[in-house]
Amino acid sequence: MGKHFFAALRRHLNTFLTLMLVGLLFLALRWANTRLDDFTLRILRTGAVYIVAAVSYNLINGITGQFSLGPNGFMALGGYVVALLMLPVPQKQFVWFLEPLIWPLNSFSFASTWYFFGLSLLLAGLMGAFGAFLVGIPSFRLRGDYLAIATFGFGEIIFVLANNLIPLTNGPLGMKGIPELASVYWCFGWAVIATLVVSNIANSSYGRAMKAVRDDEVAAEAMGVNVFQAKMLAFVVSGFFAGVAGGLLVPLITTISPTLFTFTMTFNLLIIIVLGGLGSITGSVITAFSFAIASEVLRAVESPMNIGPIHIPGIAGMRMVVFSALLVLLMIFYRRGIFGQFELSWDWIRSLLTKAAGEEVRKKWTRGKTSS
Amino acid sequence: MDTGKNIVLKLEHLTIKFGGLIAVNDFCLEIEKGELVGLIGPNGAGKTTVFNIVTGQYEPTSGTVLLEGRDITGWRPHLIAASGIARTFQNVRLFTGMSVLDNVLVSQHLRLRSPFLSAALHLPDYAREERHVRAKAMDLLERLELTPFAKELAGNLPYGQQRRLEIARALSTNPKLLLLDEPAAGMNPEETTRLMRFICRIRDEFSLTIFLIEHDMRLVMGICERIRVIDYGISIAEGVPDEIRRDSRVIAAYLGEGGE
Ligand SMILES: Nc1ncnc2c1ncn2[C@@H]1O[C@H](COP(=O)(O)OP(=O)(O)O)[C@@H](O)[C@H]1O
Ligand SMILES: [Mg+2]
Repeated sequence: MGKHFFAALRRHLNTFLTLMLVGLLFLALRWANTRLDDFTLRILRTGAVYIVAAVSYNLINGITGQFSLGPNGFMALGGYVVALLMLPVPQKQFVWFLEPLIWPLNSFSFASTWYFFGLSLLLAGLMGAFGAFLVGIPSFRLRGDYLAIATFGFGEIIFVLANNLIPLTNGPLGMKGIPELASVYWCFGWAVIATLVVSNIANSSYGRAMKAVRDDEVAAEAMGVNVFQAKMLAFVVSGFFAGVAGGLLVPLITTISPTLFTFTMTFNLLIIIVLGGLGSITGSVITAFSFAIASEVLRAVESPMNIGPIHIPGIAGMRMVVFSALLVLLMIFYRRGIFGQFELSWDWIRSLLTKAAGEEVRKKWTRGKTSS
Repeated sequence: MDTGKNIVLKLEHLTIKFGGLIAVNDFCLEIEKGELVGLIGPNGAGKTTVFNIVTGQYEPTSGTVLLEGRDITGWRPHLIAASGIARTFQNVRLFTGMSVLDNVLVSQHLRLRSPFLSAALHLPDYAREERHVRAKAMDLLERLELTPFAKELAGNLPYGQQRRLEIARALSTNPKLLLLDEPAAGMNPEETTRLMRFICRIRDEFSLTIFLIEHDMRLVMGICERIRVIDYGISIAEGVPDEIRRDSRVIAAYLGEGGE
């Protein structure tokens, strides 16, 4: 019975520790929100949005082992949903000056309140999930790796549609003046939700089925795993959070245009999840956040520089060169990413502490023995 | 026993063609509950292909597969697994990136009741079920002496333990019929002796019916009650070990291959 009691305690201890951490994060955000300047806050918020996108991308690529190139497409869907719902009607009339926006969107928009924004984010997520569902059905029905091609194609189709469906998207000009609703609380709130939900899934029976599909599809099927269902679940959840991430990004930067969601977005996310370790959720969280900060810091390499007598003019896109070089180096020296499949977990931290404590006890004991 | 035979697996006129090659030709077989039947034959004879048809990985060109009288021909492999057939593979196919415990837990997924949302949000009903299946899986590992490796990555186990884990993973689906594809491959005589005892033990403990493919004649002759021999996809002999040992067609087939 004692054993059961401690098992129960440990179970709830992990939940308790997680809640504590979330509480601490909330306090840190309150502090940051009042003390930090807008520029820094914007970087932090972007980092949180990248967490949402990267963690969900890792669910399909890292945990389920299905090579998707889709997140930019699903993020675009979510981004346009939020933009169209939250852009105030007068601003809509101002933005669509060549052709009118289609009815009923032209005469309707959500008020800029937290609950309508929350609702629009949910709709953005559902749109992303629906996109994933549509792409997933034909891709997973066929045997073989069609997902990469299908998702890449999907992203390109969305890009073309966004450029040409002017009555819906305003084409290449996009929209501006979207209310800046994505506060630190929204961004980090969703980062926490995405991380917890994805890691719950990964550690559940469904997650084990997904990992089994990744490791050996034939064996998974022979052990009773419905491979199609496992892939679809991972992909649709991934699409949902990608949609939310897109929906958060737009009211963060207050504008939207097709170029925001090009393949570069997917490429960045791919770097993030590979760097963090395919399959490691905590790895993705850490690299996603670091990536957002690093890409701001590395802006410096794009400005003109003087290294001694050598003058280097500012080269736009230099950051991507640095990132790509980093990726290549990593692939050579750290094939499995920084974290591999390792997860930072409370159990791991506790085992470290117990080990350290055990070490202390042993040291004391041996010291006592030698001195006597 | 003679009246009202309890047939677990019945294969009727199975034939499968790959292009021009007839890999399995008009294969018929009945296996009774609790039996231990061996399938032998030279390399490329079509033994693994028979297993792949039974487990739904291949659909036969013609013929039917009946499990306890129910026609399961052409079913998806995961549904066949759920209806009570489990297997191991000729070349070990573990989930190498997962722990030993998780490998065994994967096989419990087919009986999961909690809906996906409940697992994603880790609701109490899911948490309860998770504890239950974990306890069951740990119990299985204990019975198969794999407990010390529970947290180890399956891919890091020594070869012998990997083969044992593959059997554990198959047992974890709670099968009626277990198919073993060359379980002694790569084992030394001592390990093979232990494996023979192990196979007999699990048959009794888990009330299984076992159908196995094996090249190691000592194992086949030692534990199988009945042996079927195929060559080029065609059944050439069937009988108890002593009959098979003396069968001229069997000797010819094996000598033809270079004498084994
Ligand atoms: N998927 C397949 N496509 C084409 N040929 C196959 C396939 N699977 C098996 N075969 C062929 O069927 C024959 C029987 O193979 P198999 O059942 O693996 O033999 P074994 O008796 O050694 O297990 C071989 O000639 C093999 O090449
Ligand atoms: Mg074979």
